[in-house]
Amino acid sequence: MTNVVEFNNVKKSFKNFSLDDVSFSIKKGFVTGFIGANGAGKSTTIKLLMKLLRKDSGNIAIFGLDQDKHNQEIKERIGFVYDENCFYDTLSIRELRKIIAPMYQKWNDNLFYKYLDQFSLPEKQPIKNFSKGMKMKMAILFAISHDPEFIIMDEPTSGLDPVFRREVLELLHEIMLDDQKTIFFSTHITTDLDRIADYITYIHKGKILFSKEREELLTEYGIVKGSNDLLDRDTEKEFVSIRKTNVGFEALTSCVKKTKDIFGDEVLIEKPSLEDIMYYTNKGDLKCTL
Amino acid sequence: MDIIISNSVKDPIYQQIIKQIKELVLTGKLSEGDSLPSIRQLAKDLQVSVITTKRAYEELESDGFIVSIVGKGSFIASQNQELLKERRLKIIEEKLIEIIEESKLIQLSKEELMEMILILYGDDLK
Repeated sequence: MTNVVEFNNVKKSFKNFSLDDVSFSIKKGFVTGFIGANGAGKSTTIKLLMKLLRKDSGNIAIFGLDQDKHNQEIKERIGFVYDENCFYDTLSIRELRKIIAPMYQKWNDNLFYKYLDQFSLPEKQPIKNFSKGMKMKMAILFAISHDPEFIIMDEPTSGLDPVFRREVLELLHEIMLDDQKTIFFSTHITTDLDRIADYITYIHKGKILFSKEREELLTEYGIVKGSNDLLDRDTEKEFVSIRKTNVGFEALTSCVKKTKDIFGDEVLIEKPSLEDIMYYTNKGDLKCTL
Repeated sequence: MDIIISNSVKDPIYQQIIKQIKELVLTGKLSEGDSLPSIRQLAKDLQVSVITTKRAYEELESDGFIVSIVGKGSFIASQNQELLKERRLKIIEEKLIEIIEESKLIQLSKEELMEMILILYGDDLK
């Protein structure tokens, strides 16, 4: 299996925040979901990937090509959807097409009009009159009309209603019918990932905590529930973090197998959701990982 | 071919797919040479990730239920119906033994157990 993207020890520092030695890869032909709390470094990572920010050190390869040397060529093969409207909003779709289409060698008008029709967007209205959902559809339209191999999206589903989110996911599924396509998208809405993501990459405080298969992740991690009597200094160490109440505790383990060995039938172990994993990891600091 | 995925049962989705395709084969609704949707088409139709359907097909293949031919897709493999039926019978037998042992634990008589089976089978009205 080949990687579309490889991050190797990438560093980027700001005044109050830094991406620390980020290394991960994105597999070709699959959907990778990128999760993390607000301010964890998702947008920074995506901007580095798009070369909208300059990295301090490290190495980023896309399609096996060095980002610094082949920027133009790489961009031609990428479709990018930004989380905010980044188009001139007094223009209409028709006018924007005239500006954007010539930028890509592989721009495909048939594809463009097919999606325009499918999304039922008005071609002649200025886009400032569009609803949030329509703007997102338009951003996707312009991102995929040059038939890119790799689609990067920064929170494409945030702020959209459930009906529209389903439509976006349906479209992504349609794109993934082609095994040469790869999608990487960041999101807060972890249930969207349940429907489509093959891999999950999790960033926490500027560090990549894990990047692995979603199914595998959900079998390794577990929500553990039991009596407070079971907790002491040693056993507490086994958990990522713990939420204690008067009627018992609930905790996240990153090694279900080990927890079973320690507690046996004394505790209840449930399959976690991605949201559980995010919540508890944010609360504590991840131990016994990978 | 119908595959119905439940989000509320404990079984992982790939196992649900495996189970249902096996059932379709065992009940004869799918037979040798029938083509299956591609991994990616099935993922799209079920709205699940590609890895999920990929894993299901891989396991079905290693169990000998389907064969995948590169560039052509996946097909139902030739099945020895007798053998399959025998295998199912064995499973039923094992489960029945379990039930009988459970019944003996609470001293449930043979007649009472039979009656229960008849009721559950839906034949009690006859």
